[in-house]
Amino acid sequence: MSLLEIENVTLKFGGLTAVDNLSFSVEQGEVFAIVGPNGAGKSTVFNLISRFYTPINGSIHFDGHDLLKEKASDVASHGVARTFQNIELFEQATVLENLLVGRHRHRQSNFLTELFFTPSVKKQEIQSRHYVEEIIDFLDLQAYREKRIAGLPYGVRKVVEVARALATDPKLLLLDEPASGLSVEETTDMRWWIDDIRRQMGITVLMVEHDMGLVSGVSDRVLAMADGARLALGTPAEVQSDPAVIEAYLGHAA
Amino acid sequence: MRIVFKTNYMQDIRPWKDGYQLSLYLILLAVVFAAPFFMDAFYLGEMTNVLIWAIAGLGLMILTGHTGQASLGHAAFLAMGCYANIILLDAGVPFMIAFPLAGILTGIIGMVIAIPALRLHGIYLAIATMAMSILVDDIIVLTEPWTGGVGGKYAPPVNIFGFMVDRWGTPREFYYLVLVVSVIVTLGYINLLRAPLGRSFIALRDSEVSAQAMGIDVARTKAISFAISCGITGLAGALMGLFAGAFNNETFSVVISIQLLMMIVIGGLGSIHGAFFGAIIVGFLPQFLSIAKEWVGAIAGGSSVAIPGLEFGIFGMILIIFILFEPMGIYGRWFKIRTWFELFPFYRKDMFKRQKSYLKTERLR
Amino acid sequence: MDNLQLLISGLANGCVYGLIALGFVLIYKATEAVNFAQGDFMMLGAFVTIGLTNTEYMGLPFWVALPISLGVMAALGYLLDRLVIRRMFGQSQTAVVILTIALGFVIRFVAGLIWGHEPQSLENPLAGKEVSFGGLVLGLEDVAVIIVTILLTWGLYEFFNRTKLGMAMQGASQNQLAAYYMGVPVKRVQGLIWGLAGAVACVAGILFAAKGAVDPNTGLMGIKAFAAAVIGGFGSLPGALAGGLIVGVIEPFASRYVAAGYSQIAPYALLLAVLIFRPHGLFSQVRVKKV
Repeated sequence: MSLLEIENVTLKFGGLTAVDNLSFSVEQGEVFAIVGPNGAGKSTVFNLISRFYTPINGSIHFDGHDLLKEKASDVASHGVARTFQNIELFEQATVLENLLVGRHRHRQSNFLTELFFTPSVKKQEIQSRHYVEEIIDFLDLQAYREKRIAGLPYGVRKVVEVARALATDPKLLLLDEPASGLSVEETTDMRWWIDDIRRQMGITVLMVEHDMGLVSGVSDRVLAMADGARLALGTPAEVQSDPAVIEAYLGHAA
Repeated sequence: MRIVFKTNYMQDIRPWKDGYQLSLYLILLAVVFAAPFFMDAFYLGEMTNVLIWAIAGLGLMILTGHTGQASLGHAAFLAMGCYANIILLDAGVPFMIAFPLAGILTGIIGMVIAIPALRLHGIYLAIATMAMSILVDDIIVLTEPWTGGVGGKYAPPVNIFGFMVDRWGTPREFYYLVLVVSVIVTLGYINLLRAPLGRSFIALRDSEVSAQAMGIDVARTKAISFAISCGITGLAGALMGLFAGAFNNETFSVVISIQLLMMIVIGGLGSIHGAFFGAIIVGFLPQFLSIAKEWVGAIAGGSSVAIPGLEFGIFGMILIIFILFEPMGIYGRWFKIRTWFELFPFYRKDMFKRQKSYLKTERLR
Repeated sequence: MDNLQLLISGLANGCVYGLIALGFVLIYKATEAVNFAQGDFMMLGAFVTIGLTNTEYMGLPFWVALPISLGVMAALGYLLDRLVIRRMFGQSQTAVVILTIALGFVIRFVAGLIWGHEPQSLENPLAGKEVSFGGLVLGLEDVAVIIVTILLTWGLYEFFNRTKLGMAMQGASQNQLAAYYMGVPVKRVQGLIWGLAGAVACVAGILFAAKGAVDPNTGLMGIKAFAAAVIGGFGSLPGALAGGLIVGVIEPFASRYVAAGYSQIAPYALLLAVLIFRPHGLFSQVRVKKV
């Protein structure tokens, strides 16, 4: 069975069909990319998986769980982590604190034990920090550990968001335009990291990306979308040569 | 800046940065514990008042400063704590049970009220809590059999392990009672902030969507924040009632709610220090103004006259100045001055420059 | 007949609430900030007019004083934005809320210093005159209040929906940055809105002081106007007026038919009910944050 299965999902905002009867599945261990022009509904697919939106029909299964029966906050506890297109970090907290929030789904303590900061809470905090430090090492964030997000440059924020998602120890990582706004060097770094995330950490990656260089460099399979529906699905090379995709990208001029 | 090389995780987890900082706070604690030995009853009373306001401020700080939910109605919870405590005492419950119970009851009521309020954001929440605060005045009058209505109630002296403590008869013991409560509340607050729950509050404040994506249950966490906040405020209310000696429906008006919120803004939102700094301003401003008025009166040659609304007028001006020039409050200013000295002569003016973010609308057409 | 009388006086009161609520909504629509000092603006507008008109102060004729006080209040609103609110550009809504509450305290203090704390009425040409419609006796002031309010709301509504400036103002509120790129002078537009809100508050103040008496604490009435704005749904001008009328009408009826002690609760209870069951007012707009 696939790790993530999306079947016949449709979502409408008023009269606008944002996602139109979309089906695809993501296999364990692959890097799966969604491409498409602006407004194709790519981010909306992420928001459906995150349960920010509820589809009018269809089903979303992750690792044997019916996500449509879950609350938004439970999606993360099953092992789905994500980043956001416009960066949604905890601005007034430090990088370290941001990553520690990522450990929230592994919280064993409760209000009372935390109030007295019992030895078990202390132990849990040490474990969380141990885990988070490994992520910091992995993504080279040591220099920013104690810095507040509000003062960080854009490129670093992008990486911190990936780091925070990794801190949750996910099975599936959703990256919403990981390379948008990054310089050429930063994009290359991001490419290696995505590769490492899959190879070293064994995390399945589903990403939305415009940079076709990055997409064809790291992904195993690509889904092309337009107007909320599926245009093509296959290897990067197959999708790039698909006539429907070329039509959608180059438009009516072609 | 003293750089601490961290060699184990506990250095990060413990509440103090290094031995130097710890010793400063221990000295401060020793001074406030020794205060009754070098202060007269009047100033001890003022100190007590400041500490009670600080506890109330800590209560609101959890909700507004750390969870990002503005409440303009916390006087309602002060009232609940106050009345619950006195009603329990009148019913013969010993103080050592009645007092924490008053806090817990207020916390539970706060959580119940939070459930419908969870759907409200920003200004809507502020307006709803404000309306609630106005209603509490009327509710106290309507529930006269328990609350004494307009006639009010009187606080009896309380028995703590055989010591009879009351504000006028034994100001020193009452001061210690308030001091111990404020220390316990502060320690608990510090513990929460360095644990997952406190971090999830901050996460909610800074970005609800991504908090949710990290597995934080927004509704549940907000409700918990409300409960803790109201519980602490309830404790402060109980102490306020005992301190005032007599109170009625007008003691905890909506103006007190507003004053409490302004207090923590002046002190510095999002810091424990802020609650204490703000309380010092609120506590000592009236004294300061009366001294200033005498002084001005002496210079001008006239007698000092009462100016209604002066206190709030000045308070409002202080607040406006802070919001415009130092949005992080007194704590922010203090932090900058400290950094200036620590870094001397390398402090740069733009070190704490805020990133301007443009207002993004949440409305969709 | 009694009920009709109650209704009319309720409507007249409601108009004043509605006008203050209109000020809230104007500022909210254009800047997404909420001016908690709007009630105090109204009080100040009333006092400025009283200071110009009443014989114990300057004793100017009412029709001369009217444009002056409108101008003064509009200038005050504009300057306030210019000197204070503009510095808050980009800060959170809550910060603006707290700022304007503080501003209200300051205005109340200053008004008390200048005009004292005794309630005062505005001397005006309509004072004491009455009109009767088949047995129904109405104060001319009440009728004037209702007519002026309806005209003003209609005018503002047309302004926002038809004129270029009005639409620019709406655009500026929906996305400051985008509006700025589209060539809307966001800052100047905001200043104009605050000036407009000041003038509207002045009208409300004049009407209120003509019907009754103001003192520096009258501004606290702004809280009821808030209830009105919320009930109408923040962001809708006719909604604000409707909300004001609802609150205004509920009050006299509640105090007549509901047991004493419960009646003054009515507007706030309604406010809470609306917030809980229809959080965005009776004229709701969908709010979903895009990520």
